[in-house]
Amino acid sequence: MSGTGDAPRGPGQGSAVRSAPGQPATEVPLRIRQVTAEDRLTLGGAAIGSLGLIWVLYERVLPFSGAFGFWLCWYLGFLVLYAAAAGLQWRPLVVRDKLMAAAVGSGGVLATAVVLEQIGYSITRGLASVSHLNFFTESMAFASPTSSLRVGGIQHAAVGSLEQLGLATLFSVPLGVMAALFLAEVGGRMERPVRTIVNAMTALPSIVAGLFVYAFAVLTLGLPESGLAASLAVAVVMLPTVTRAAEVVLRVVPGTLREASYALGASQFRTVWNVILPTARSGLSTAVVLAMARGIGETAPVLLTAGFTANPNANPLHGWQATLPTFIFNMIENLGQYPNDVARGLGAGAVLMLIVLVLFTIARLLGGSAPGELTRRQQRQLRRAAAEWSR
Amino acid sequence: MAAALTSPLPVTADEDVPRRIVSRTSPGDAIFRAVLRASGLSVFLITGMILAFLILRGSWALRADGFSFFTKQSWLFVGNNFGIGGILPDGIIIAVIAMIIAVPVAVATAIFISEYAPDRLRRPLIAVIDLMAAIPSIIYGVWGRFFLVPRAIGTASWLSHHLSFLPAFRITIPVSPSTFVGSPVIAGMVVSLMAIPIITSLSRQVFSQAPQGEREGAYALGSTRWGMVRTVVLPFGRAGVTGAAMLGLGRAMGETIAVLLVITTIPTLNWHVLQSGGNSVAALIALNWNEATAHMLSALMAAGLALFAITLIVNSLAAVVINRSRSGAATAD
Repeated sequence: MSGTGDAPRGPGQGSAVRSAPGQPATEVPLRIRQVTAEDRLTLGGAAIGSLGLIWVLYERVLPFSGAFGFWLCWYLGFLVLYAAAAGLQWRPLVVRDKLMAAAVGSGGVLATAVVLEQIGYSITRGLASVSHLNFFTESMAFASPTSSLRVGGIQHAAVGSLEQLGLATLFSVPLGVMAALFLAEVGGRMERPVRTIVNAMTALPSIVAGLFVYAFAVLTLGLPESGLAASLAVAVVMLPTVTRAAEVVLRVVPGTLREASYALGASQFRTVWNVILPTARSGLSTAVVLAMARGIGETAPVLLTAGFTANPNANPLHGWQATLPTFIFNMIENLGQYPNDVARGLGAGAVLMLIVLVLFTIARLLGGSAPGELTRRQQRQLRRAAAEWSR
Repeated sequence: MAAALTSPLPVTADEDVPRRIVSRTSPGDAIFRAVLRASGLSVFLITGMILAFLILRGSWALRADGFSFFTKQSWLFVGNNFGIGGILPDGIIIAVIAMIIAVPVAVATAIFISEYAPDRLRRPLIAVIDLMAAIPSIIYGVWGRFFLVPRAIGTASWLSHHLSFLPAFRITIPVSPSTFVGSPVIAGMVVSLMAIPIITSLSRQVFSQAPQGEREGAYALGSTRWGMVRTVVLPFGRAGVTGAAMLGLGRAMGETIAVLLVITTIPTLNWHVLQSGGNSVAALIALNWNEATAHMLSALMAAGLALFAITLIVNSLAAVVINRSRSGAATAD
């Protein structure tokens, strides 16, 4: 793809610089993809023109309403104006090309806009309740839906979320990494079926995982509806994600490292423990953190297996536990009747969004290095050790 | 030893048998490999248990209601009248609407990231798409309910007035301020936001595998960038995009909370997609959980089994489509 940005450069290709007669032609690289001022002005002009046109037409002249319709009409108007303006300047082939480039670019813009909107919306709407300190220190045990925002908070939900996330990670990560090691290291006849099943498990609706844990652990085994049951359900949801991501990371570890370790006489266990896992550490950490970000947002399976309560319950083995997503769900359910509840729910949404953002940033920071790339501190240690040896 | 040295060398092809290399694993390694094998097989165990327990707990309702469980369109306590005949198609309608919105947007985004975006924008855009996948569905649901619904009902109302020649866009209930509020279209819009990142990331990987030689050939023949994309990248990625779309469909069908927060639940089939009223099996389970009698619980398990079966079938088809194609085999995880 990037090959299109750099055309093969030959001598005298497209150079506009004339060299002195008798001298070889100076090579000026030909820039294939140039965004000229005309491109930018046509694009910007179409956008602004459409905005003005739709603004005038939308609610004044035509009987439309609603912001969604406004931006939809703006987009259509933008495409029409852009096609018209481009048609005045360039031939039809180029117009089609530029129009499709604009259409495709708007996909990227839309994706970015959606993410920013979700983050911005949840944080700004949650500010009203998050600005009170009691929001983080109290639970809803002594607050009723009509009490003001100075009473009550998400302490019980935050504790529940963190406990269940910790337990779910504890259950799913070792099993997931070992399953990934099986796929990458042992393989054999069962490799394809196991991989197919893991891919099928990623399709498991999270509520079915909750149903399963309820049917199995609660009804059959007699485990109480508790944080533990919920963490089992979340672990079932996290497991295929961890396995798939870990397997991709483990396969990227260079085969030469493995072979070198075996050649030095290491057993397979030692190779995996001392060579492969440390090499893949950054990728594995990323996979784990991304799975955690997914696990903390699970609502449906937790509703089914941990119930919901307004009281703080730090014991995951016994009694109903609230988590941030189930807290949001329960606060929002009675829409309009209890505005303070809705405000609390939105505040919890802001907290949840921030936690996911933090986890995601950690995952990106951890995953930045390639397998085997040493940090600067490790490089310094290596240099010091090499200096010791050569003495 | 002398006998081995004097034995005749193999002269025919059948006698030239490859030497069997036997390496004995040490006891520690044998245990290690057995442990790894056990954890690999545990995924079978878990999936098998899921199916087994759902069948176990759901079969009571299925036996009691018989095949009409799948055709009846009601969900009432009274008389234990349970049927997902309306709820299952309602969920599929929402998922299909979500796909209609998500697939063009996702494919356009994937083409943009893999073909059009400048190099320094590509990594941030991929991160944005990954973040879109990581945002919890309840955040999308809350946004959909409080932000999108008031702003989209104007468009829904306009569509129902001016495009009422399409039977799906007609309104059959009396017009009131809440006619358009909990409709499958709005639920589909929210669910599409959750399907877009899956389709986009898989499509992007597929498009980036399109052969460089064919791309350069298109440029050499004088095509524009869009012409190259249309003739080289899109046909190459067709199967991969289809597989990605089916994976997105599976995700859309399993979505619970976003649908629950936006839709007005009804037990019957509603194919007038602009008016309020819809459902999905996942939303049904989440909603009726707390007040379920033993019979209803069994019916919910049976409904969950049906949902799991459908998503399994859709995802298996997607895997088959992806693996059989030129583009898919290159990106097989």
